[in-house]
Parts: sequence; C-alpha cells; structure tokens
Amino acid sequence: MFDLILQFLLTGITVGSTYALVGLGFAIIYNSSDVVNFAQGEFVMIGGMSAVALSAGDAGLPLWAAALGAVLITTLVGMALQRFAIAPARGASVVTTIIITIGASIFLRGVALLVWGKDLFALPPFSGNTPIQIGNATVLPQSLWVMGGGVALVLGAQYFFNRTTLGKAILACSCNKTAAHLVGINVGVMLLLAYGIAAAIGAMAGILIAPITFTSYDTGVMLGLKGFSAAILGGMGNPMGAVAGGLLLGIIESLSAGLISSGYKDAIGFIILLLVLFFRPSGLFGKASVERV
Amino acid sequence: MNIKKSVTALAIGVALTLGAAGQSLAAEPIKIGTFLAVTGPASFLGDPELKTLQLYIDNINAKGGIDGRQVELMHYDTGGNAKEAVNFVKRLIQKDKVDVIVGGSTSGSSLSVMPLVEKAGIPFISLAGAVSIIEPVQKWTFKTPHTDRMAAQKIYEDMNRRGIAKVALISGNGGFDKSGRNQSLAMAASYDIEIVADEQYGAKDTDMTAQLAKIRDTDAQAILNFGFGSGPAIVTKNVRQLGITLPLYQSHGVASKKYIELAGEAAEGVRLPAAALLVADQLPESDPQRPVLLGYKNLYESKFGDVSTFGGHAYDGLMIALEAIDRADSTDKAKVRDEIEKTSKFPGTGGVFNMSPSDHMGLGLDAFQMLEIRNGDWTIVK
Repeated sequence: MFDLILQFLLTGITVGSTYALVGLGFAIIYNSSDVVNFAQGEFVMIGGMSAVALSAGDAGLPLWAAALGAVLITTLVGMALQRFAIAPARGASVVTTIIITIGASIFLRGVALLVWGKDLFALPPFSGNTPIQIGNATVLPQSLWVMGGGVALVLGAQYFFNRTTLGKAILACSCNKTAAHLVGINVGVMLLLAYGIAAAIGAMAGILIAPITFTSYDTGVMLGLKGFSAAILGGMGNPMGAVAGGLLLGIIESLSAGLISSGYKDAIGFIILLLVLFFRPSGLFGKASVERV
Repeated sequence: MNIKKSVTALAIGVALTLGAAGQSLAAEPIKIGTFLAVTGPASFLGDPELKTLQLYIDNINAKGGIDGRQVELMHYDTGGNAKEAVNFVKRLIQKDKVDVIVGGSTSGSSLSVMPLVEKAGIPFISLAGAVSIIEPVQKWTFKTPHTDRMAAQKIYEDMNRRGIAKVALISGNGGFDKSGRNQSLAMAASYDIEIVADEQYGAKDTDMTAQLAKIRDTDAQAILNFGFGSGPAIVTKNVRQLGITLPLYQSHGVASKKYIELAGEAAEGVRLPAAALLVADQLPESDPQRPVLLGYKNLYESKFGDVSTFGGHAYDGLMIALEAIDRADSTDKAKVRDEIEKTSKFPGTGGVFNMSPSDHMGLGLDAFQMLEIRNGDWTIVK
C-alpha cells in the first residue's frame, strides 16, 4: 500500500508541476493589470508546437536552439497580443479585457490549426526515457525537469517582482495606473513587458511538458483551465500560490484517481476547488482583495 | 460498366480526364448525397471521407460514369453536430432529391438522421462505427465501418489463444472510449474473460500512472486500453515507466502511425485489431482485398498524403452504392436498396462485405487483422 501511495504522490507532483507552470503565467499578467489572461494556455501550446516545428526533420535545430527560438516566438506573440488586441481597448473594463483574451485564445488556436494541422506531436525527452526508481514507484527524468523548471521559474518570478525596479514598476501599474504614470513609469511599456514575460514563461512550460504530455493545437484549452484553477486555488496574483495550488490540484486528482475512482477524479478536484473558494474566496495564499486598493 | 475494373485502373483515369472532357451527357446524373463532419472536432473523420468521395466520383465521371450517367455529389458539412445533420439530410431528401445517401461521420449524426431516412425511404450507407446503427436492422440503413464490438471480440479471441483469462480494462471518457468499454465489458463473459479492473481517465489527461499502479496491484494477465487520441499513447508510455510487463492491447482507435511515433519504444509488443489498410503491402498476393487496398492507398496518397481507414470507409460506402445502382440499372430507391442488401463478396478497404437482410454491415471478424508493433512498424500476428 505504501508503494501505491508513493506512486500516487509522485504522479500527483508530476501532473501538479505542469499545472503550476501554467498557473504561474496567469499570476504575472494578473499582477500587472488585474486581468485574467485566458490565452495563457495558448502561449503554452505555441511554445510546445514551435519547439516541435523548429526541431523537426533533418534540417531541424538542436533541441536547445529550438527551445530558445520557441520562447522567442511566443514572447513576440504575447507582445503582439498586448499591442494589437489589449492596448487598443485601453480604458475598457477588466471584464471586457478578459473577454478579449478569450477571443484571442480562440484566434491563436485557429492559427495554430492552420499552421500545424490537427496532429499530436511529441518532443524528445531532454535526458532519456529510463524511469528513476524510488522504492517500488517510478518517475521519469523529464518530470524532474518539469519540477526543476517550476522551482526555477517561480523563484525567478518572485525575485523579479519583489527585488528589481522593473518588477516593482510592473506591480505598480496594477495598483494604480495613474499614480504609476505620475511617478514616471511608462505604463504601456510595462504592460507590453508583462505579456511578453507571461508568454515566455508559458512557452518554457510548454517546452518542458511537451515530452510527457504531447502537444497539439488544442492542448492549450485543458492546460489553460487547469492552470487557471491552480492559480485561483493558490490565490490569484501570487506566484508562490500558483505553484502550491498546482501541486495541490495534481495531488488531489491523482489520489482520488488511485484511492476513490478514476472516473470521478476531475469532479473531486473541482469540488475541492469550489469548497476552498467558498471558505477562502481569495484562494489559499491570496490576500483579501480589499488590501490591493 | 464494371466499376471494379475501372477502380484498379484509376491511376490511368486521371490522365484520361483531359481526353474525356468533350463527352456528351446522355442521361440525368446520379445524385449521391452526403453529410460529413469536415470541420470541427470530428474533422479527422470527415476530411478524408469527403476527399475520398470527391476523388472517386471525379474519376468515375472521367471514365463515362455509371451506365453512361454522370455521378453528382451533394455535400453538406455538419461540423460534427447531430442537429445540423438532421437539417442537411432533410435538405438532401426534399430539395436536392438525391438517389442515395452515403455519409454521417459520427455515430451521433448517423443515428439522429435514421428516422428521417427510414420515413423517406432512401438508401443510406452510414460511415460511423456504433453497433446500434445496424442493430436492430433498419430497412434503409446500412454501414461500412467495423464496430467496436468486433474490435473487443477480436482482442478477446487473441487473448484466448494466448491463454489470458484475467484482464484489466482502462479507457478514456470520450464517446469512442466509452462505447468500446461497454462492448468490452459486455463481450468478456462469452470469451470466458474476467475483467479484474475497470479504470478510466479524462480525454485530455497527461498522466495515467495512478490508474496503472492500481492495475499493477491486481492479478491481471493483460491490460486492455480502449481509447482514442493522446490517451492511449500516454497509457503505453506509463505502462513501461511503471515497469509493467503484462501484454498491452490497444483498440483500432490507435491504428495510425502517429501512435507509434508518440509512444516510441514503449509501443513495442503492443497488439491491436486494425483494418487491413494499414498493412496492405504485407497481405499475401492471394488476398482479394490486396489490389483494392493498394489501389486506394496509392491513388489517395498521390493526391493528399497519408491514407486513413476513415477515408476507406467512404470508399467502401460509395462503391457499394454505385455497384448496387449499376446492378439495378436504375436509381429506383427500392431496387437500389435491395441490391445493396444483396452485396456479396465485395472486397472493400474494410474487409470483404457480405450483406444480408439480417446483416446490414456484412463484415466478419476476419475483416480485422490482429497486429503487433515490432521495430516501430505493424506486423500481422498469424
């Protein structure tokens, strides 16, 4: 039984870290503009798909170069999204902006469908396919990459927002745009930057998880939904919270699949999410929203 | 006019198209109606189906048509929506006045138009999988694809041969997966197979090790995964990751090169039932399907890239309908229906069809080949 539980936990952490990585991107855009960017899942998809496309075939780039290129492409897509879809609607309410991001996600999915087709693709794992034994449980080396990537990205995001002037400037834009403008922060550039960073993080997530989960034009839908759940479970806008929320969601799903019923694991996950939001509307690690004003 | 012959010579037919341009149209065209999910989530079905229908109808017309009559295709895209399918079939029957309908990519859209078709009395050949389309037999409805029940039976047959009696079932929550799971559960008893685990996963799940770890703890002798899309490839990888050495069976839902590509080395030794189209060049020369399969594969691939079994179902449906019209020497609906029902020893891509008043599909279990994946390619299990 102990072996089983250990395997369930390892599975949960593996799945949870993918949710956490996606959730992190939600946190960054929310931090800069109070907007939930529903195109975040599409950033993940574009990252994974461009890496596959760049490394494919005999003339393809080596994996690291393809990954770098994919992050760059996705960053540009993220910035273009802000520049051409979000920025023109300046002054629109947060809800309107969220609806724009939903539209953008459908658009990006459509473009991906036209460019790459409907097939599933896989990236080769970064360091082999031989499972690592822990007792009677196993974990893939790629899962360690995902977990390690998650840790690195969340620490990076934490440092960026709390320690650097640029990060603080982005946070300032979300607190009060007018005040930020008055102290000399270029709000437009900061927002552009926030979308770029969120897209880059999404792309990195997409590349890290593509060897395990495969990628196709519509992977962003499910990943976006789960990442969003992770972000609100942990507390929107808190990078640490997104990671904790993601891990928690992954472990809940895998334990309920293993111990209760695999048919109902998603339902159980969402029920717990609803319960948490019922008792702590701002998430497990979120500050109550009144403090943000 | 012998269609079989013309089909085998279709490659030449393409070249003849230019020469035949000036021919006169003596009689009214034969109208074939179709409604397919060319866009939307089921487009992987409808897209090759429509391409196949258009390709073959163009070719047949280039060679003078059927009994001197040209063939005309009326097509509507349902987007995989059963409600739309009903509207389009109404239009096909009332406005377009088609002679026969070949279409219905998904089981849902096929089932929902059946009452209309039966009432209007028009021959309908469905391209969808569900057993319920032909069971109980409806007078005007036929179908060409294999059923998931046949897949389950074929798998159990192979298990019996290998002496496997206890099976762990794992399936997704999609429509195909669920229907396959139900058939697998229903058929198990008649093959003396005990289902010792019945696990499920979401269609877009990315890790199934929790379910498989549970299966590892049972006394199952084999794992059967009924699924479609990315799920089966992930299950295959996870099985190897957990070091499970039990034989793994997949369904015909993964019968594409993509599955081998995604699952990689983990797919070695996996067995699955599949239509012969996948292994056309491995069939013995004496096999009646061989020329048909190679002819279809070569013609389709010369125009569009890799063949899929789904396009093959459309080929079978179209050819069965046209041969029936050819034999009936008319497009009288009752006569054509009777001729479709009399289809016998017709070698299609899905198998050799032998229809009868009690069997509106006409395929036996031998229509499926049991394949094993060896060295990244399909091998026929003898």
